[in-house]
Amino acid sequence: MGLTHDKTTSPVEVAARAPALHAVDHEMNFWRKYVFSTDHKVIGLWYGFTSLLFLLFGFTLMMLMRWQLAYPGQEFPWKWLNDFLGAERMPDGIMLPEFYNQLGAMHGTIMVFMGIVPLAVGAFGNYVIPLQIGTIDMAFPKINMASYWAYFTGGLTMLVSFFVPGGAANSGWTSYAPLSVIATMGQTMWLVGMVFLITSSLLGSINFIVTIIQLRAKGLTFMRLPFFVWAQFVTSFLLLLAFPPLEAAGVMQLMDRLAGTSFFLPSGLVVSGVPAQVSGGGSPLLWQHLFWFLAHPEVYVLILPAMGIVAEVIANNTRKPLWGYKSMVYSVIFLGFMSFIVWAHHMFLTGMGTAISAFFQTTTMIISIPSVIILSALFISLWGGSIRFTTPMLFALAFLPMFGIGGLTGLPLGLAPPDIHLHDTYYVIGHFHYVVAPGTIFALFAGIYYWYPKVTGRKLNDALGKLHFWTSFIFINGVFMPMFIQGLAGMSRRLYDGGAQYAHAQGVFHLNEFMSISAWCLGLAQIPFIINFFWSIKKGKKAPDNAWEATTLEWAATTSPPLAHGNFAVVPEVHRGPYEYSVPGHAKGYVPQNDHAEE
Amino acid sequence: MEIPYTVTARPDTGVFNAKLGIWLFLASEVMLFGALFSSYVLLRVGAETWPHGYDLLNVPLATLNTVILISSSVTMVMSWASLMMRNLAKYKRYMGATILLALAFLCVKFFEYGAKFEHHLYPSTNTFYAIYFTLTGLHGLHVVGGIVVNTYFWGPGSKMWRAEPERFTNRVEVAGLYWHFVDLVWIFLFPVLYLL
Repeated sequence: MGLTHDKTTSPVEVAARAPALHAVDHEMNFWRKYVFSTDHKVIGLWYGFTSLLFLLFGFTLMMLMRWQLAYPGQEFPWKWLNDFLGAERMPDGIMLPEFYNQLGAMHGTIMVFMGIVPLAVGAFGNYVIPLQIGTIDMAFPKINMASYWAYFTGGLTMLVSFFVPGGAANSGWTSYAPLSVIATMGQTMWLVGMVFLITSSLLGSINFIVTIIQLRAKGLTFMRLPFFVWAQFVTSFLLLLAFPPLEAAGVMQLMDRLAGTSFFLPSGLVVSGVPAQVSGGGSPLLWQHLFWFLAHPEVYVLILPAMGIVAEVIANNTRKPLWGYKSMVYSVIFLGFMSFIVWAHHMFLTGMGTAISAFFQTTTMIISIPSVIILSALFISLWGGSIRFTTPMLFALAFLPMFGIGGLTGLPLGLAPPDIHLHDTYYVIGHFHYVVAPGTIFALFAGIYYWYPKVTGRKLNDALGKLHFWTSFIFINGVFMPMFIQGLAGMSRRLYDGGAQYAHAQGVFHLNEFMSISAWCLGLAQIPFIINFFWSIKKGKKAPDNAWEATTLEWAATTSPPLAHGNFAVVPEVHRGPYEYSVPGHAKGYVPQNDHAEE
Repeated sequence: MEIPYTVTARPDTGVFNAKLGIWLFLASEVMLFGALFSSYVLLRVGAETWPHGYDLLNVPLATLNTVILISSSVTMVMSWASLMMRNLAKYKRYMGATILLALAFLCVKFFEYGAKFEHHLYPSTNTFYAIYFTLTGLHGLHVVGGIVVNTYFWGPGSKMWRAEPERFTNRVEVAGLYWHFVDLVWIFLFPVLYLL
């Protein structure tokens, strides 16, 4: 055993080594150090800032849509915003249907591809994985930087598309053909933007997998990896293997739009009463298959890193090991594998045939099993723990029932007969938003509150954090819970007027106003978070290196670890599993992974 | 501190970082071309009539291209083997041959495309030509990518040989794995598009 090698890092040692590490920093100029940096922490933070801005932007688009849904066809009260958006979007403050469609398509695209995935994978993965596996950086730092800038370029392309003739993409975030092929120029920008985003995630996922396999610290076997690392590992495989088919589909749709091919255009296509001048012979269903072959694994890309964060926070705040760590690991691997063969449950309505539907119903029911195992393991982990109700823990605790609601409401959608009734209604919107918004986004907030001290050396303010949590928790349910009621009543989604013209929607249409007010209040509820985020950088309560008395390796590194490949003062060596809390016979109550005493 | 296993293999995994990285990249490429081939199958079985490739496309030229590309894979291996035998001059000859063969492939492809355009056969003509141009075009882009990388390792990139010969050999090995994949895609493309 390497007695000379490491011990739990003491502050004295850190102080002694710090000057040497910082000396490296000073040799780099500002641009190389903070902007075009190859350091995983800087790249992670850039990913974090950019994706948080995109989340806010995507949320703003939705708040605009909620006005139209609550008060269809009425003038928007803020004159300056109407003037800014102009007559081609909001003439006299009344939203045009075309603009509503742009908002809908771009809300989905931005939230999924430019908000949540870059935050969950790009930001948390980049910052935390190398620290948790005890190494100095990602395996390919330059490719890592390229990944961020490809993401940035893709995001910029999407933003610029709002200003081209005809506005941004308006065929839904799914870009179903043939509608998307005959759409305005914004759709071309969407496709180009997606190619950049796909490139970004490809570069990132290769980097993550190689880093986790190759750069683990000595003694850190796969079954000693924190669950967060496992979740990111499986996520990376999903990104690696599921995105290329969408890239292929994107190339084919670009060909359809620019070179006049008919991959997705059937023979005899008629647009606005005029026969389209295309060769025909293509298949609209082909696009849906290729799109959902990506987009179903994508759902797990959204949820797995969130589960990883929640697992870390729960183990730390219950002060006991995760219940069923191994079952969780096997479940997450199985989940990743199964997610590749469930895609067509999004397509029960397309008439692809009962035999295919039966197959995908079966696989969909099977994939719910590992999800339930993971969620149950997290619930049981709470049993008998001396829970610390810190802000990150509140978000992590809220994740459990919220994701539970999202998952359970998905069961009827996985079976073709109820899905035919529910699929094109608000029920589906409610279902996947429960998974992604109070599910994943709450977990991401938990992650921000949990790892903030590692980055800044200070904790976020607890009172503001709790205010942020409780208001968000109440209002987010106010937005999404009524959607189930509306959907069960048969109210269609994606309608410009929210379904005001439909007789069967009349009984539940009034809920729209309540939901919209909840959504705007949810927007206000983020203000304490924004204030807290900036205020605490300088004024927050100072935290020690191991701010939460945690066991995983990132807490063995110094606070805001030095840039340029210098995460750890001493090379860590791992001697035990990730969650050794409340070990009998230990005075301290927790044993860090790199603690070599009494193995 | 330096990032470990950039040159030597990690003992318990048996590979260096870039080798694992390129295999993962190739896995994603399999999914990319796999999706396009699947689309080809779906479009073909869904079509009322579908032409035979040998009636519309130039099989002798494509056969020539197949020979060229397989030869380039052989020279690519020889260039790496030359580095393993510590012979830079030989490496340069074989790598140069690889690049020239790749350029010859593109040249043939250029004439093939040109002949189609002369007869007003475009991607928009019908779905067969659409998938033909898309698949061969994307493959052609991969060939161009390979030429860029190989030319770099043939020219300025080979300076690394003097200071870090092992690392340079690794780089050529990784570029070679990519090049064999490009070759392999063509081995699938040729029968599917031209012979079936």
